[in-house]
Amino acid sequence: MTKQRKAIALISGGLDSLLAAKVVQEQGVLVEGINFFTGFCVEGHTHAIRKRDRARPKRNNALWVAEQLGIRLHIVDIVEEYKEVVFNPRHGYGANLNPCLDCKIFMVKKAHEWIREHDFDFIITGEVVGQRPKSQRKDTMPVVARESGADDLLLRPLCARNLPPTRPEREGWVDREALYDFSGRSRKPQMALAARFGFEDYAQPAGGCCFLTDAQYSAKLTDLWQARGEKRYELDDIMLLKVGRHLRPAPHFKVIIAREEGEVNYLKGYRGQYVNLAPVSHSGPLALIDGAASDADLRLAARLVARYSKGRAAPEVEVEVRQPGGGVHTLKVSPMPPGEIPAEWML
Amino acid sequence: MKRVVLDARRLLCPMPVIRVQDRVAGLSPGTELEAVCTDPGVLNDIPAWCRVNGHTVVETRTEGDEYIVVIRVEPTG
Repeated sequence: MTKQRKAIALISGGLDSLLAAKVVQEQGVLVEGINFFTGFCVEGHTHAIRKRDRARPKRNNALWVAEQLGIRLHIVDIVEEYKEVVFNPRHGYGANLNPCLDCKIFMVKKAHEWIREHDFDFIITGEVVGQRPKSQRKDTMPVVARESGADDLLLRPLCARNLPPTRPEREGWVDREALYDFSGRSRKPQMALAARFGFEDYAQPAGGCCFLTDAQYSAKLTDLWQARGEKRYELDDIMLLKVGRHLRPAPHFKVIIAREEGEVNYLKGYRGQYVNLAPVSHSGPLALIDGAASDADLRLAARLVARYSKGRAAPEVEVEVRQPGGGVHTLKVSPMPPGEIPAEWML
Repeated sequence: MKRVVLDARRLLCPMPVIRVQDRVAGLSPGTELEAVCTDPGVLNDIPAWCRVNGHTVVETRTEGDEYIVVIRVEPTG
């Protein structure tokens, strides 16, 4: 009796990984999915924060893909281990702080560890030669296989016929002739294959699946590192970079001001960790202070908060300042006119 | 029936799902896990996770700003 072969598919939630897993599944291989959470993933949670986005469907695309395929999905928290990839990418950053090639190597390496622990045979990714400028080029694909340690246990079903045969192909675990030879940035072959499989409602992420590809987000992360004097972050730091207006009036502190009710509710969860301000004489946003602010700094922060409150045109706004330990005092301040807020404060 | 509570407040998806997944791995079949969350995304994501991994959603409810999902751990291959 032929041994049932088992593969783990890296599932991002996008179309390519869905198709890659499906192609192998169709060949009788038992496929399970693995999805890695780095902390920078662009997922439904940003919609969950912002109230105006709450009407949008909130689904985890990786879980949705697993449901379409009828496979189990293992979601792995790699937030801590991933820091080294972000801090020191051997192959450098992309246009922003995106370490795409190192990221792919790291994820395939984690998948390789997983298959060894769980007695699976090989790894599937949805990579396509020429699809991405850094991580999915003909010359970098062997780098991913080699540096991850997966070597020829890494199968890319969508472009396998453009690459040397891997062990699953050589050993007959999968039929190479039933794999594909996609290449380049065109999405048409994938869309045609999706139609053939009957997939219609797949995710089409605009701007990638990672906040590190975003210029504004990368600028805020760079600012965080500069302020701290070193490349360092915790999960809360990188989550907060996704929320609110960030203004840095001085190197030693910044003000994070909620932009709407959903963000107010989210920032409320951090009141026990950060000095926080909110107007009390007028309705207005909650703000957090990141850093060690002096009394003068807090007064300045209160003026900024007042500027974004309903009292922005009033001569004076009362702003409550709460310490994480419970101390509360109120400042009476004049809202800072928008023209007086230096552009370089806005991150 | 044994029921355990998981505090996943203030976590954004997929972290509550990961916490549920990791806690379920250490629970016996038949145990109920009550996840208390503040991200409304869990109302979709935890049931989806249960469907793909073979566990049962017993109840979902909203209490003020909190979203509670109760699942029953099923025997899985």
